[in-house]
Amino acid sequence: MSRHSDTAALEVKGLVKDFHSGGLFSRASVRALGGVDLAIRKGEIVALVGESGSGKSTLARCIARLEKPTEGQIRLNGTDVLKRDRFQASREYRSQLQMVFQDPFGSLNPVHRIEHFLTRSLTLHGKAGTPAQLRTRLDELMTTVGLTPDMLNSYPHELSGGQRQRVAIARALAVEPEVILADEPTSMLDVSVRIGILNLMRKLRDEQGISMLYITHDLASARYLADRIAVMFAGELVEEGESLDLMANPTHPYTRLLVSAVPDPARTGSYDPRERAALRAAVMESASCAFDGDPQQRCSATEPVRHRVGDPANEHWVRCHLYRPPATAASHALSAEPLDALPEDKASA
Amino acid sequence: MTVSQTSFGSHKPVLEIKDLTVKYRGDTRSTTAVDRVSFSIGTGEIFGLAGESGCGKSTIANAIMRLLRDPAEIAGGSIRFGGKDVLAMGQEELRRFRWQDVAMVFQSAMNSLNPVMTIGDQIVDIYTTHAGYTRKESLRRAAELLELVRIDPARLTSYPHQLSGGMRQRAVIAMAVALKPSLLILDEPTTALDVVVQQEIMAQIKELQRELGFSVLFITHDMSLMVELSHRMAVMYGGRIVETAKARDIHAAPLHPYTQALMGAFPPLTGPRVPLTGLADGVKFSNIADVQEVTPGHFVSPLPVLQGASS
Repeated sequence: MSRHSDTAALEVKGLVKDFHSGGLFSRASVRALGGVDLAIRKGEIVALVGESGSGKSTLARCIARLEKPTEGQIRLNGTDVLKRDRFQASREYRSQLQMVFQDPFGSLNPVHRIEHFLTRSLTLHGKAGTPAQLRTRLDELMTTVGLTPDMLNSYPHELSGGQRQRVAIARALAVEPEVILADEPTSMLDVSVRIGILNLMRKLRDEQGISMLYITHDLASARYLADRIAVMFAGELVEEGESLDLMANPTHPYTRLLVSAVPDPARTGSYDPRERAALRAAVMESASCAFDGDPQQRCSATEPVRHRVGDPANEHWVRCHLYRPPATAASHALSAEPLDALPEDKASA
Repeated sequence: MTVSQTSFGSHKPVLEIKDLTVKYRGDTRSTTAVDRVSFSIGTGEIFGLAGESGCGKSTIANAIMRLLRDPAEIAGGSIRFGGKDVLAMGQEELRRFRWQDVAMVFQSAMNSLNPVMTIGDQIVDIYTTHAGYTRKESLRRAAELLELVRIDPARLTSYPHQLSGGMRQRAVIAMAVALKPSLLILDEPTTALDVVVQQEIMAQIKELQRELGFSVLFITHDMSLMVELSHRMAVMYGGRIVETAKARDIHAAPLHPYTQALMGAFPPLTGPRVPLTGLADGVKFSNIADVQEVTPGHFVSPLPVLQGASS
């Protein structure tokens, strides 16, 4: 992995988000994020996968500053942005971090031409320059995302879903961000154009060194695009690692359940219902780490720590009491101990 | 065109569709949503219909069920079910045909449950209306039915909102097979569900299919899921079938460029990362010719005229 540097572009530490629940006077709350640690290096794409309700969109909304986290830090190039801009994201933050949303039909105002969206971004962030410079920049942006400059005069309804999502990406690129958060950017597009958007994101990483957090429920596309995959379950990251390695050696019961559920034409055997039931039971047991206060439960007694899985080069770790390192290789003896090289676990802090 | 396709195995076809054409009539112009489509489904066969939004696959399902309403109209072709002409059926015959012969599960079928009736009452309704069983007998069968899809029969007294999305979808599938239809139409049955639940539902459908032996028309845009589940499949584009073959053959060697693009849209789960291309924005196929048999059982439309890509 020499493509990206070792410094983190975006780093999230111990991020907690509680949502108020119940009536007006109720003090009850639901914990949507239970202390998330995640780092994205410069020029790296990290995929955040999980099912609906796992908290992946809440994490994105917190990083995008659309929600106020209850606790924790969000560091951009080392600066704690929650401290710097206390109440809402500053324009400076927006110029460093941009978002691409799921719905390209709803995120472009239908009464404006494409030119308007890009010009507005450029002007707001002081990157418009002279009219001639603006024109060059607009053409350049359109070409970068694989559209032709003459489409600047089009209205959103004249473009296909894929083309609209390219406009949304061009708008994000206009401010020259360091990090792009893409929340399910392809899930509303026709399947045959999805891969084109993924290829564009990859190109932006390779050519412009932009870091990305790619949020998806589609593991196959995460494996295709991302350098690393982080798996979220019940508001916590449960496993993370180099994409191919994680998909080949899923270790947390939830990751195994998820990976084995992805439709795969190459699959030969059929599912064993008993094996899947056992996996589900294991997932529920691991879930009690986060939810169950019962001291009888082994999982609830202490917070699980991160265990390294396999070759350290793959940066693959799992956070689960159920993990038993394989006893065969001597090098794996290390894995039984918590990893000190990894960010400090919130429980041991 | 006449495409006589061998159905899976040596069984008699349950459903035979020939040159089906469906038009949506407007005031000034009409749109052909389904254009001279032919295929057949054998007994116990799972037949997949793949394509993107707007390709006409759901219109076909609705045509089979005779659910099309104005401005849609069947402009030509025939639909035969077990030898009977579906298009010539009268109201009473249609009522029996739906549910008893052919049942359909829609994309968000779980939202089609009546929110103010218990699951049990809704299943009992099917039995008392369509099969004429007594309430007691219907309740007994309803409990059996829920067990079949692995829902605790105690849930008979639950209301839909008390069940999870996956459970509701399974309840709807149970209701669809309540009268033991010989064909089950599944129109994107798992699109609104998470992948783990999707896998469980599909496994459930396969199990039911093995047990009850019905045929399945399975409609989806997810090629991976389709190849995994179907015996034979057809790929649709712009109302036309561009390729049809055994699912494994299409997966191994898709011949039509559109099928290739659709297959390429689903990255593999194993092996090294290979760059995929998909379909460029704005590429359109037109004047799709009738499919021709290239290898036994593998039909493909001859290479179409490519209209310039805009990117």
